Amino acid sequence: MSVRRLAAVQPDSFAFSKDSEAKIAFWMNKYPEERKASAVIPLLWIAQKQEGWVCEPAMREIAARCAMPYIRVYEVATFYTMFNLEPVGEHLIQVCGTTPCWLRGADGLKAVCEKRIGKKGRGNLSADGKFSWEEVECLGACSNAPMVQISNPYGDYYYEDLTPEALEAILNDLAAGKTVETGPVTRRHCSEPTEAKVKVLEDAALFDGSYAKPVTLPHSARAAAKPDGDRKSKPASGAAGSAKAAAEAPKKARDTAAKAKPAAKKPAAKKPAAKKPAAKKPAAKKKDG
Amino acid sequence: MTDNLRTIIIDGEEISVPQDYNLLQAVEAAGGEIPRFCYHERLSVAGNCRMGLVELVGAPKPVASCAFLVRDMRGGPNGEPPAMRTLSPLVKKAREGVMEFLLINHPLDCPICDQGGECDLQDQSVAYGRSGSRYAENKRAVEDKYMGPLIKTIMTRCIQCTRCVRFSTEIAGVPELGAIGRGEDMEITTYLEQAMTSELSGNVIDLCPVGALTSKPYAFNARPWELNKTETIDVMDALGANIRVDSRSGAVLRILPRIHDDVNEEWISDKTRFVWDGLGRQRLDRPYARKDGRLVPIQWDEALAMAAEKLSGDPARIGVIAGDLNDVEGLKAAKDLFDALGVTSIDARQDGAQIGARDGSAPRQSYLFNSTIAGIDQADAILIVGSNPRLESPVLNARIRQRWLNSDCQIAVIGEAADLTYPYEHLGTGPDTLAGLAKKRSGFIQTLKNAKRPMVILGAGALARPDGAQILRAAGELAKAVGAVSADWNGFNVLHAAASRVGALDLGFLPGEGGRDTNAILDAAAKGEVETVVLLGADEIDMERLGKAFVIYAGHHGDAGAQRADLILPSAAYTEKNGIYVNTEGRAQLALRAVFPKGEAKEDWAIFRALSARLNKTLPYDDLNALRASLIEANPVFGQIDYAPGADGAADFDPAQLGEAGAVSDAPFASPIRDFYLTNPIARASKTMGECSAVTAAARAELQAAE
Amino acid sequence: MLLQDKDRIFTNLYGRHDWRLEGARQRGCWNGTKEILEEGRDWIIDQVKKSGLRGRGGAGFPTGLKWSFMPKEVGARPHYLVVNADESEPGTCKDREMMRNDPHHLIEGCLIASFAMQANACYIYIRGEYVLERERLEAAIAEAYKAKLIGKNNIHGWDFDVFVHHGAGAYICGEETALLESLEGKKGQPRLKPPFPAGAGLYGCPTTVNNVESIAVVPTILRRGADWFAGFGREGNTGTKVFSISGHVNAPCNVEEAMSIPLKTLLEQYAGGVRGGWDNLKAVIPGGSSVPLIPKEICDDVLMDFDALRDVKSGLGTAAVIVMDNSTDVVKAIARISYFYKHESCGQCTPCREGTGWMWRVLERMARGEAEIGEIDDLLDVAGQVEGHTICALGDAAAWPVQGLIRHFRHEIEDRINNYRAGKPVFVPVAAE
Repeated sequence: MSVRRLAAVQPDSFAFSKDSEAKIAFWMNKYPEERKASAVIPLLWIAQKQEGWVCEPAMREIAARCAMPYIRVYEVATFYTMFNLEPVGEHLIQVCGTTPCWLRGADGLKAVCEKRIGKKGRGNLSADGKFSWEEVECLGACSNAPMVQISNPYGDYYYEDLTPEALEAILNDLAAGKTVETGPVTRRHCSEPTEAKVKVLEDAALFDGSYAKPVTLPHSARAAAKPDGDRKSKPASGAAGSAKAAAEAPKKARDTAAKAKPAAKKPAAKKPAAKKPAAKKPAAKKKDG
Repeated sequence: MTDNLRTIIIDGEEISVPQDYNLLQAVEAAGGEIPRFCYHERLSVAGNCRMGLVELVGAPKPVASCAFLVRDMRGGPNGEPPAMRTLSPLVKKAREGVMEFLLINHPLDCPICDQGGECDLQDQSVAYGRSGSRYAENKRAVEDKYMGPLIKTIMTRCIQCTRCVRFSTEIAGVPELGAIGRGEDMEITTYLEQAMTSELSGNVIDLCPVGALTSKPYAFNARPWELNKTETIDVMDALGANIRVDSRSGAVLRILPRIHDDVNEEWISDKTRFVWDGLGRQRLDRPYARKDGRLVPIQWDEALAMAAEKLSGDPARIGVIAGDLNDVEGLKAAKDLFDALGVTSIDARQDGAQIGARDGSAPRQSYLFNSTIAGIDQADAILIVGSNPRLESPVLNARIRQRWLNSDCQIAVIGEAADLTYPYEHLGTGPDTLAGLAKKRSGFIQTLKNAKRPMVILGAGALARPDGAQILRAAGELAKAVGAVSADWNGFNVLHAAASRVGALDLGFLPGEGGRDTNAILDAAAKGEVETVVLLGADEIDMERLGKAFVIYAGHHGDAGAQRADLILPSAAYTEKNGIYVNTEGRAQLALRAVFPKGEAKEDWAIFRALSARLNKTLPYDDLNALRASLIEANPVFGQIDYAPGADGAADFDPAQLGEAGAVSDAPFASPIRDFYLTNPIARASKTMGECSAVTAAARAELQAAE
Repeated sequence: MLLQDKDRIFTNLYGRHDWRLEGARQRGCWNGTKEILEEGRDWIIDQVKKSGLRGRGGAGFPTGLKWSFMPKEVGARPHYLVVNADESEPGTCKDREMMRNDPHHLIEGCLIASFAMQANACYIYIRGEYVLERERLEAAIAEAYKAKLIGKNNIHGWDFDVFVHHGAGAYICGEETALLESLEGKKGQPRLKPPFPAGAGLYGCPTTVNNVESIAVVPTILRRGADWFAGFGREGNTGTKVFSISGHVNAPCNVEEAMSIPLKTLLEQYAGGVRGGWDNLKAVIPGGSSVPLIPKEICDDVLMDFDALRDVKSGLGTAAVIVMDNSTDVVKAIARISYFYKHESCGQCTPCREGTGWMWRVLERMARGEAEIGEIDDLLDVAGQVEGHTICALGDAAAWPVQGLIRHFRHEIEDRINNYRAGKPVFVPVAAE
């Protein structure tokens, strides 16, 4: 954190666009009427997404909407580091430099940015005016380190499992106006293990709908009122001495439950949903340029 | 009360303290002391400086004593009372640690710091500081911020205690200060470094525990130990704030508040605090007489002779008007002299307020702030009529704000819809609304009726108009009707704007039998029916209306009155004499002399005593004590120093004794104060006040342009 | 014995399957929710207590107990549940996966927890950087409203609104009272306690703040039984837990495992082992950047749970395991963590505001060897002056990594200082094999 100052050159005025107004209405609706100040961060963010940065007239406009004194909005805008108080590049590259990313080569990414864009600092634009970059603190994608977040008109998405070369390729694509796929640049999907000695989350039973069958709640207080329900759940809890026993118990309980109530209230999904979504990436993962 | 007490152990000693005390207060009750920077009795608890850490027996970590209540303490396992330690090694180590942290980035510039000698950080570092620094890194430097003409900032010294931020937000009610950024880069500033617009802004200088916020006009003027400190009373408004005047070599160098919980707590307005440079400028330091159209210096002997000659004529052709800053003694001497001369056209209401009666037929409660200022703390509904308390008495206004902040107190205004720093219901702008309110069945009238402690505050501006007497009556009737006056509560209040007004009314400095009031004197002067007009520091009248009258001005500043005068008798300003002032709640307070009058100027009473001898009407007192004895004999209230009558006469409250019956107009109320910073001759002589006035005017113009 | 897939709660942790309502239902979300609510609040809180669930956000406070602090009756002020999704602790990236891949676990948990605490509204405070995750959550919530699972007059019979709120780059907002301040539209500066949020939290109303994982596991616990959950891990350290593994392992990942799993097993079974083999391990930060690191000797057999890690003067924290192999400049690694705390200190209270910067600057010099030997003890002293003296735990979190470094790697700092004076290279990384 360094001293954060408003840009020396400021526009004379600021107005929210129609799109922004719709978003504002959505956010304002989330808080009690007399708690409009709660929307200050979302509104600053909307202003930033509209203009690329938070200008001074926008702070006053937001103060009016959130029924806050100017100084309180100013405090918030300078406290939270995601607010750009000066114009930034169309693509703002935010390189995570905190220890987990640093351990896995964040310095290399910083070198790429320095070479490709220039001096660190979100207000320092690249020669072509399209980029600027900043070192930021942990972005919470540590199992996909090193990584960057790129903020541009299309979104604020993560680019993970990077190498300097991969980052350079992304920057080239962005410079060329190409769409870049978000997420890990490797073939990894999210943060799944790639070298695990055991299979993780591959048991088909998890996804075939057997968990969607009606359940009888173990230890049900209401069932305890009925003698038979009580007897059914008791043994399971008694058996839970070890992890193994406990692990087995619910399966049994579930099986019993399934047997006890064969007539499901809701039809359990029949088709095995497991494979299908795995084959293609979820829609939101791709960004349409 | 005892239910609320709890026995706790502080450093091995048992003591019973109220449950809602915090630990810091508990320690103070036990006679101990906890160091602190951020904590302040009258501000919300921030607990951020961590200097006041104490050890709670049984707790894993030390706690901030200011932020932990006695109620929340836990007793021992066997029913022992809860215990805390304030002197243990753990506590000492914790405080030394905090002190070290505060000092690593604090500049070592005490020799050039105006806070030096009265700096909390300096004082406490003596007890908790290390002998040397372990901090080998570069110290932080912070850019100074502009906050207006009054407050000088040296932000590198700031220890981020946020007292100033809390003051502006909570007490002043003008949230302009904030802490931007975060972590070690946190900085205190106003929005875009605009000047603070609060009339109370100077209080942040007192609150700042270090030298980050200091007085701009006082910068580099003196060290606190060089100053003579005089405890006295302020006269900038009718509140009678308790102040300390610091002087050196006959010059007032600064003014600070004193604590008086029933009057000003520990706040003063910026006018009170910064007017002092006006005491050294535009002074009337010797008698002057107009000769060939120009004022030329003369000797006292000649001046008295001239005055005596002018006053020995027909008393019906003489008028006397007193101003806003007069002490009671001066008025008493003047009144006694003019009574002796048979002059009946005397009036202390230069604003023309329709209030008071010379014969005492107007009871005191008809012109006092009867609820008392401290009574605001109990009010649960307040109706403000024809007053802008923020301008007429900023400190009193802050007290109303506190009441609003801390309770469900409802507030409504009839008059100008100004920003009073708290929300209110605006009922209307003129006296017709007041008259109409009494007839209503619902709305704020019901709020007043339902309230246990309703207050009606009538401003001075509401009385200084042709229908002033009728407005006074209407307000009194309303107060009676809503039950604002009962045996132990008098919610009928007049908020005066002038420091001398109540004392003058108590004295009966009003037209006698057949005498003229201010307006009539001026009219008669214009027509030539009054040939000699004596102005006792009266500068706020329309001098044009004096016509061809011979004007004797007795006062201390070369303002409007002196400019018009034909003869000037130089007197002493409020810091230069011992005198009694009675504030708006009827509290007589003693002002003490901090410095001597300028040049050949004399105390007011002495001038009239000398003049009386020239006129062969020698007043029967040779010194101030004798005068005061006579004063108290005439009206015992002057002897009851620091006593406010409050609801004393409430049982006899009768609106019929207030003002006059009759219709009121619908002309909107207006505050008598157009420019807060320039209300009296001292303020108008002050460069600082002039700057404040200009900055405020510019800010207002900018705001209007923006809108 | 490793956790089996059938005992994993977050069955779509890796996003291989449909995260939407249909897919989530297929995997068992929203199954029997109405029956759970019909059991009543006391039952729910009791079951959560019996499960032994301890808060997954770092402090490990028992979740059921926390819930029971809420007023028993709703008075003039409404109750609120606030979910802390401000995941920012370096090394931690578990909530992110839950929110983008298994959002319905969280939403269902919010309903159940809110019902148990008589809250009709819940705010999920997600860090501003998690834009994708926020979009997913909003979409999942919209689905839940549409399916009448939540909202007014929903099929569960408890009127309930859930709102996503976001931050804008401030680690401190992960502290529960700073989070509430931020949610109220202020700077994220922690509040003084007492009063605790259960008495006066969001908007001054009774409020409980829980981590994403703590809430998201609740529906499954109730469906499968408190004793099922309690069957994993050691006493007082029960349940399953999502571990985030980062740093010098061959394949960093998130994985849900049983509590009390040996650290070595966790790394070797799931993360491909330490880069260059177990013997190339230098140290591990086992619970996110706030906890003191532990050197290899301790890593050899330490269990990953609250008590075991506390016993070795570290902590489970968020169960974010940051692995450092022998090539690591451990002084620099901790200096970088110190920079993080300096950057994220809110600046409110003195020891943290001034102490974090001081510690970072000294550590940066030490990493270069530009220091005096005596400064190591001074640094330890400064850390001690920060620890326990601040309004919130960020002061502690900033002090602990420094204390851990000096406790275990003092010799390395000393070598560096000596090398610097002797004109030798101060740090020569050991190449990984």
